[in-house]
Amino acid sequence: MAGLELLSDQGYRLDGRKATELRKVQARTSVFAQADGSAYLEQGNTKALAVVYGPHETRGSRSKSLHDRAVINCQFSMATFSTAERKRRPHGDRKSSEMSLHLKQTFEAAVLTELYPRSQIDIYVKILQADGGNYSACVNAATLALVDAGIPMRDYVCACTAGFVEDTPLADLCHAEESGGGTSLALALLPRSGNIALLQMDARLHQDHLDALIEAAMTACKGLSKVLDDVVRQHLEEVSVLTRD
Amino acid sequence: MLKSKTFVKKTRAGGVLKIVREHYLRDDIWCGSEVCKECKDEAPVLQEDACIESNLCSYPHYLIPDTNVLLHQIDILEHTLIRNVIILQTVLQEVRHRSAPVYKRIKDAIHEKEKHFYTFTNEHHRETFIEREPGESANDRNDRAIRVAAKWYADHLTKNTNGGSLKVVLLTDDRANKEKAEQYGLTVYRCEEYIKSLIGNPELVDRLALKPDDQNEIIGSKLLFPEHLPLSRIQSGIKNGGLLQGTFHANRDNYLEGTVFINREGEDINEVLLQGLQNLNRAVHQDVVAVELFPKERWVAPSSVVLQDDSPNDEDAEEDETENKLKGVPPDSSVLKPTGRVVGVIKRNWRPYCGMLSQSMIKEATRHLFTPADRRIPRIRIETRQAANLAGQRIMVAIDGWPKNSRYPNGHFVKNLGTAGDKETETEVLLLEHDVPHLPFSPAVLSFLPKMPWSITEEDMKVRADLRHLCVCSVDPPGCTDIDDALHCRELENGNLEVGVHIADVSHFIRPGNALDQEAASRGTTVYLCGKRIDMVPELLSSNLCSLRSNVERLAFSCIWEMNHNAEIIKTRFTKSVINSKASLTYAEAQMKIDDTTMNDDITKSLRGLNRLAKILKGRRTEKGALTLSSPEVRFHIDSETHDPIDLQTKELKETNSMVEEFMLLANISVAQKIYDEFSECALLRKHPSPPPSNYDILIKAAKSKDLDIHTDSAKALADSLNNATVRNFPYFNTLLRILATRCMMQAVYFCSGMDSDFHHYGLASPIYTHFTSPIRRYADIIVHRLLAVAINADSTYPELMDKHKQSSLCNNLNYRHKMAQYAQRASVAFHTQLFFKNKGIINEEGFILFVRKNAIIILIPKFGMEGTVFFENKDKPSPRLKFDSEGPTLEVEEHTFHMFDKVKVTISVDASNIQHQRIRMALIEPVIPGVSVPVPESEPVAKKAKLDC
Repeated sequence: MAGLELLSDQGYRLDGRKATELRKVQARTSVFAQADGSAYLEQGNTKALAVVYGPHETRGSRSKSLHDRAVINCQFSMATFSTAERKRRPHGDRKSSEMSLHLKQTFEAAVLTELYPRSQIDIYVKILQADGGNYSACVNAATLALVDAGIPMRDYVCACTAGFVEDTPLADLCHAEESGGGTSLALALLPRSGNIALLQMDARLHQDHLDALIEAAMTACKGLSKVLDDVVRQHLEEVSVLTRD
Repeated sequence: MLKSKTFVKKTRAGGVLKIVREHYLRDDIWCGSEVCKECKDEAPVLQEDACIESNLCSYPHYLIPDTNVLLHQIDILEHTLIRNVIILQTVLQEVRHRSAPVYKRIKDAIHEKEKHFYTFTNEHHRETFIEREPGESANDRNDRAIRVAAKWYADHLTKNTNGGSLKVVLLTDDRANKEKAEQYGLTVYRCEEYIKSLIGNPELVDRLALKPDDQNEIIGSKLLFPEHLPLSRIQSGIKNGGLLQGTFHANRDNYLEGTVFINREGEDINEVLLQGLQNLNRAVHQDVVAVELFPKERWVAPSSVVLQDDSPNDEDAEEDETENKLKGVPPDSSVLKPTGRVVGVIKRNWRPYCGMLSQSMIKEATRHLFTPADRRIPRIRIETRQAANLAGQRIMVAIDGWPKNSRYPNGHFVKNLGTAGDKETETEVLLLEHDVPHLPFSPAVLSFLPKMPWSITEEDMKVRADLRHLCVCSVDPPGCTDIDDALHCRELENGNLEVGVHIADVSHFIRPGNALDQEAASRGTTVYLCGKRIDMVPELLSSNLCSLRSNVERLAFSCIWEMNHNAEIIKTRFTKSVINSKASLTYAEAQMKIDDTTMNDDITKSLRGLNRLAKILKGRRTEKGALTLSSPEVRFHIDSETHDPIDLQTKELKETNSMVEEFMLLANISVAQKIYDEFSECALLRKHPSPPPSNYDILIKAAKSKDLDIHTDSAKALADSLNNATVRNFPYFNTLLRILATRCMMQAVYFCSGMDSDFHHYGLASPIYTHFTSPIRRYADIIVHRLLAVAINADSTYPELMDKHKQSSLCNNLNYRHKMAQYAQRASVAFHTQLFFKNKGIINEEGFILFVRKNAIIILIPKFGMEGTVFFENKDKPSPRLKFDSEGPTLEVEEHTFHMFDKVKVTISVDASNIQHQRIRMALIEPVIPGVSVPVPESEPVAKKAKLDC
């Protein structure tokens, strides 16, 4: 029949969530010892791994380095086994490059780069399993990794998607909802100040609906920031217990 | 917000893809009962006192139907007696996959507050979710899910009512499921069992759909039809090209014939002919079917025989005879069409049908045949105990199934509409059959009407041009209360003329998206029946606030041109305005004013100016190749007391008709251009495709019989050759030819500019066209108004307006409604014609032969603008010697040869022997043919075919 019913009359979505509810978020930091900072994050079935190196001296040509702030280098990739059909090329295709660029822009807005002139910060993110909201999972994982690396930031960067179905904004879309037609908007927010680090939307949307959609995405981001904050605090507690004596 | 979500993986293997979806289970899904204290439902749906009096369950109870019960017995569930039903999500989802119409109906029922239907989201409830076990089929799993949910309800209710009497009853017709449920400790009944136990509503039993189990006893064991192929084989057949998929259209005139329209692109065959019951193989009109083509040597030509399934009884035997008759037709290789047979039905498109009961010969029988009003639908066998009451009544029946050993489909009774022949009942039938929404407007819709007394406010004046000083007047047919257009014309100081078309500003009152707007969009058009009007918008708007009546201030949307005296447009301006019409005239009154040289007031001057310009415009349009077509239209004089038609006359066209029409066309074209320039993706336009050349065959043949040539290469050529086609001593010939030409045309349709590339309007010879001038009676015009308003910054836009897909689906609905409205209109005229002739008795009249068929001629009576068929074949009598020549086409009956356009004399009377299809009976008087020109019993009015709708 005519596609999937994304939102039932009773207000439940395909997976049983209500319109404003997020997927279950689980995260861990410091998953790798060699890197300066690392994090693993699950947002529903979307699983992302982020690793941060730096700040360190710029590698390669000197011309890339900036005299007043640090360069942020992002690389996004997807595991070949992350989607239902096996991916041929894990990174370097057009979509991945675009995603890398978006991540770079997001973190340039959040990291206090002016503290480290002439240096470079590397962020590598890999999607291990994709189920919608890849960008937001990457941002959230990278934020945790940056925190883990001890790089000063203005605030957590929290990202979340929101979509528009039957005149209702839905927060945190899963893959079925993203591909089921309709609009999807990705937003990265600095929750405390309410500043938007990145806002991206490809599909057409009438401008009357835009405010409602951004509002929904922002609320979702704020919800996420609490979760991320808990993860960081928990990690600190564990570490401080270990290092007490 | 994120509380307690257990997390379960659900895999679904489709092909080689493995899809993993999350499935959250919740603890905040309530049971929906008033009684329950544990659930924190704010607005419980299910009542505490849920009593349906039944012999089986004397206690209050909630019903839980399973999927099959819901699918097949939806007519029962919709009955007002059935309340407090729990619809499980599992069931709802299954229904959604299997039948869209039933899904829609159950959703409507759920929304209705009085029904107390509650949807329980059992698949996401922590305690009712189950996983599919290894080896368990999806259906078994769903059945088990239903049982688990029912069990949960039973326990939940017992716990929360402290062992009270409230129970749940599971309804299922599946024997295995029932047994398992009983073992599981549930109260479970078969649907039939339960419904029969209900006290005080025996008619519900008639609504029970027959189940496959019961059918064996009804019908003899003889296999009548070949088995349908399973869906999987059909699908693979369609993929490898062995089978074709298409929509089945039954032939209106011949029940043994039908056509399947193949709707796949790139297919060189787009129509497949089916002949004979075996090959039709239980397809019902509008079904989506799979057909198999016969080899070329078995292809046949469509028969021009008119055949009706009139067999009085239920026997299957005598069918062979009629079929043989069909086969006896000698094949003519030039007209052979691809022929095939139905091998399977992909999707049934059944709906409830209106019609009448043909009572069984046996008095006490409970099984009867039902004859639908639509002749394309086969007769349906139903079971009822109230046959005596239903005799002579119009009733509604739904089809349940068509087993392969039954001559007729099986169905069940749905509703009684009233006595047949009653004007109200017949109108109701007509509206139902044509799917015209005709219920009174709901309170929700009415709540969006402006509050009375209404007046134009200061704010309105600020944003609108004040055109109250202009000498505006309206010209309409007599008795018109929904005036949506008015005109003016005046001379400017620079010598040019200013012409204004003022259209009622309906979009000011109907705001996008509210209930009023949605209702209007769904109705699509106002339907005019004889003596009755089904409004698209409530009367307050249609006949008062939006109607541009004289001497009141009204809001309008104006289109104002500056023209020189040669009717060339110098400037076009669109504006929202306030006008004050100085006069509402009828066509005749306006004509009188123009013709009366003694009158010289402003209105008359304005009218003369308009009339002069209109003539120039019309001349120019005809030059370009606009067609003037003709269709006989009649107008009834209705008795004001009894509302019976007392006289009948063909509509007369005056100069002023064409004057108004000319300016409406001009306004429509100007607006179409404007909105298309502004919104190239989402402008709502109207196009009229040029017909395929083969459509003109009949016209060319007909003209040839009078030694005339018709050129059909372009609209211009056609218009010219129609103008030149006259026969001396036969003034009506040209009109006849134009009537025929009208039937060759395609239907004009609305479309969204972003979804199509061909905008041409063939009939009007305009490159672009839309509808702007009748927003009171057409929804398309409202959308066009909104687009234009946005284009001139007079109004704000909204999302749906700019979405070409939504526009496009809206266009589909509008096209459908317009078509149905036209059919309903014609049916209403036909019904009133019958009433008229019933009162008149027998009339002898002259007519012309419009079409020649194999066993009949179709005759047009110009005086009444009606058509009728004279049959030359009859079951009871030996048929006369007939010889049909499809080249002419001519028909030789005994010694006489009938040509198209021959003048004949017939006698007209009403044949009331069949109350269902009361017919106009026509019988030949002249020319006299022995054995034929005595009254022949079978005849009936043939509905007029599509005419050009500009």
